[in-house]
Amino acid sequence: MTKTITIAHGNGGEENNELIKKIFYKHFENDILAKSEDAAVIEDGKLAFTTDSFTVSPLFFPGGDIGKLAVCGTCNDLAMMGAKPKYMTCSVIIEEGFSTRELEKIVKSMKTELEINGAIVVSGDTKVVPKGAVDQLFINTTGIGTIEHKGITASGLKEGMSILVSRDVGCHGATIFAAREGIELESGLQTDCASLYPHIKALMDADINIVALRDATRGGVSAVLNEWAKTSDVCVEVEEEKIPVLDEVRGICEMLGFEAIDLANEGTFVLCVGKEDEVKALEVLQKTHTTAALIATVTTQHVGRVLLNSSWGTKRFLDLPTGELLPRIC
Amino acid sequence: MQELELKNLYDDFRDGETIKAYAQIIAEDAAKLEKPINIMEVCGGHTHTIMKFGLPQLLPDNVNFIHGPGCPVCIMPKERIDHAYVLSMQPDVILVTLGDMIKVPGSNGSLQDARAKGADVRFVYSPMECLKIAEENPDKTVIFFAIGFETTTPMTAVLVEQVILKKVPNILFHINHVTVPEVMVELIDSRDVHVDSYNNQIDAFLGPSHVSVISGSKIYDKFPKDYGRPVVVTGFEPVDAMQGISMIVKQFVEKRCEMEVQYKRVVNHDGNIKAQALIEKYFEKMSLFRWRGLGNVPDSGLKLRAEYAAYDAEVKYKDVLPIAEIEDHKLCICGDILRGMAKPQECTIFGTACKPTTPIGSCMVSSEGACAAYYKYGNLI
Repeated sequence: MTKTITIAHGNGGEENNELIKKIFYKHFENDILAKSEDAAVIEDGKLAFTTDSFTVSPLFFPGGDIGKLAVCGTCNDLAMMGAKPKYMTCSVIIEEGFSTRELEKIVKSMKTELEINGAIVVSGDTKVVPKGAVDQLFINTTGIGTIEHKGITASGLKEGMSILVSRDVGCHGATIFAAREGIELESGLQTDCASLYPHIKALMDADINIVALRDATRGGVSAVLNEWAKTSDVCVEVEEEKIPVLDEVRGICEMLGFEAIDLANEGTFVLCVGKEDEVKALEVLQKTHTTAALIATVTTQHVGRVLLNSSWGTKRFLDLPTGELLPRIC
Repeated sequence: MQELELKNLYDDFRDGETIKAYAQIIAEDAAKLEKPINIMEVCGGHTHTIMKFGLPQLLPDNVNFIHGPGCPVCIMPKERIDHAYVLSMQPDVILVTLGDMIKVPGSNGSLQDARAKGADVRFVYSPMECLKIAEENPDKTVIFFAIGFETTTPMTAVLVEQVILKKVPNILFHINHVTVPEVMVELIDSRDVHVDSYNNQIDAFLGPSHVSVISGSKIYDKFPKDYGRPVVVTGFEPVDAMQGISMIVKQFVEKRCEMEVQYKRVVNHDGNIKAQALIEKYFEKMSLFRWRGLGNVPDSGLKLRAEYAAYDAEVKYKDVLPIAEIEDHKLCICGDILRGMAKPQECTIFGTACKPTTPIGSCMVSSEGACAAYYKYGNLI
């Protein structure tokens, strides 16, 4: 570990994993935590339990705001364990001088999103700190949900299984980069920020046996696939041209030197199912987003790694994103 | 006129069938080569393209790449990175730079580390954003730590011009711009003191694309003429790169030695005259610039002209800036890699002590460096 914490330690990639393992896991060690799933499964598999903190600049961005993000983020972590989000807490740390009107706008957007999930906020906390102690507003939410589909796990991938994404990738990361101060780009792009429980319910209603499920937040789809490959001791082979990416997102990536598959999403998930469920799962996903796609298969060619196959017959590794995402120089 | 979309600029240049067709042409021509050829792609952008799109997997054994020094972050010697770090730690300073530069470790740490310790370090996509930062922070000094080859130099020159015209009182410059042809000459000509040899392996150059938009292809005329090395100025997309390689192979088969331009859709012989004039107006050559991994290269660096010394952070802060040269780690073989005498995997610390998260040598620090590209994309054949 480096002597001080840098932004890279919060990127959802390699440095982030190092921080969690070497500091937090070391001291908090227990069997439930060690599973390192999106949400902890507790009470003999009946409940899913998770927490997340939210800081985003700007607070309002095309297609969402920090409030929507705070509910979606936690509810989605529950949904990714096959759980129906039920109860939530909401803690806010507010910088002195913050606009009351904006705060109410944010809370209202939290309410809208809670309704979509069928969850309620049952406890909370507010702190106000002097100017400069936080950047405007930080929100923490903790959620609890009842598990409706058991056995979803990052370690369940087996040779021959299929991997799908629920929609085109990278919208949130690209939108935030475009909206963030200093990178002035004009585009009609919106974040994908959305509650995912309804989509997971649709998959369960269609009797699809979900093997693994994860929302591709920080670190993007790359981080999810890498983690699955490692945890399940398999190789994930991705067909590069099948990864759905909007023209606008690709354009921003080309200009800045990013890859859409590394960018954060807030309403996009990766799904692993058995080969036999692949067609049905794709049909269900495409009812919500026509861009949903089958992108990869599980093999044993390079165990623990993700391979990217190009349409001209070359192969390369797709690594976990490292460091802070920075635009290229020229 | 039909509107041009961004995707028109790259879609066709990534077509799998076209790439395969070029692979076929190259294979047929390469079969006629009398000896293997080593092509140096000078530019880090090309290294990235070549590795990201897996192009070596499509080439016959007798066509090899040597990965060149054209990554502006990679070639910065540690002492200049220390300059950035020290400047960022000065009271009331906002240090602004481009992209990857904030990740490169100097002897005290990287700019990222400086930021973690409280320094105000920002990265921008366009240097012009400094004007806004300076306006919003009138009681701070904004220092633009300028890096890059001919491609980014005009942007810095425009900022210098704006600062002078608008009489902006709080922007200074630390200039680290370098130029391509001088280092190409150095690679062909120089004696490597470590191995005491002139033994470079470069047979031809894939010429940088965006640099050439500014400078024009004229800067490479001397390489076929005076040094016997063909140059093909090539674009950044995989179809571009494959076509460029194919043009080089054809020159060898047909026993020609010429400067050609594959990237005709944007590069011409004279380049952007206006940008060149702007560079000329504000910058002059440094007699020596020390390249990380390569050492001193004559006439390869730029500095602000003496009459603009009032805007030069190197002048204004000269009392606090370290001057001693700092050598790289003893085990690092970046110099050999840049000269085409070794591949990244031959380095004993590649992928072990030296990784993108903890880079030791220059070629690992930026995504455009050869070692970083090898590490990230692997070498699967």
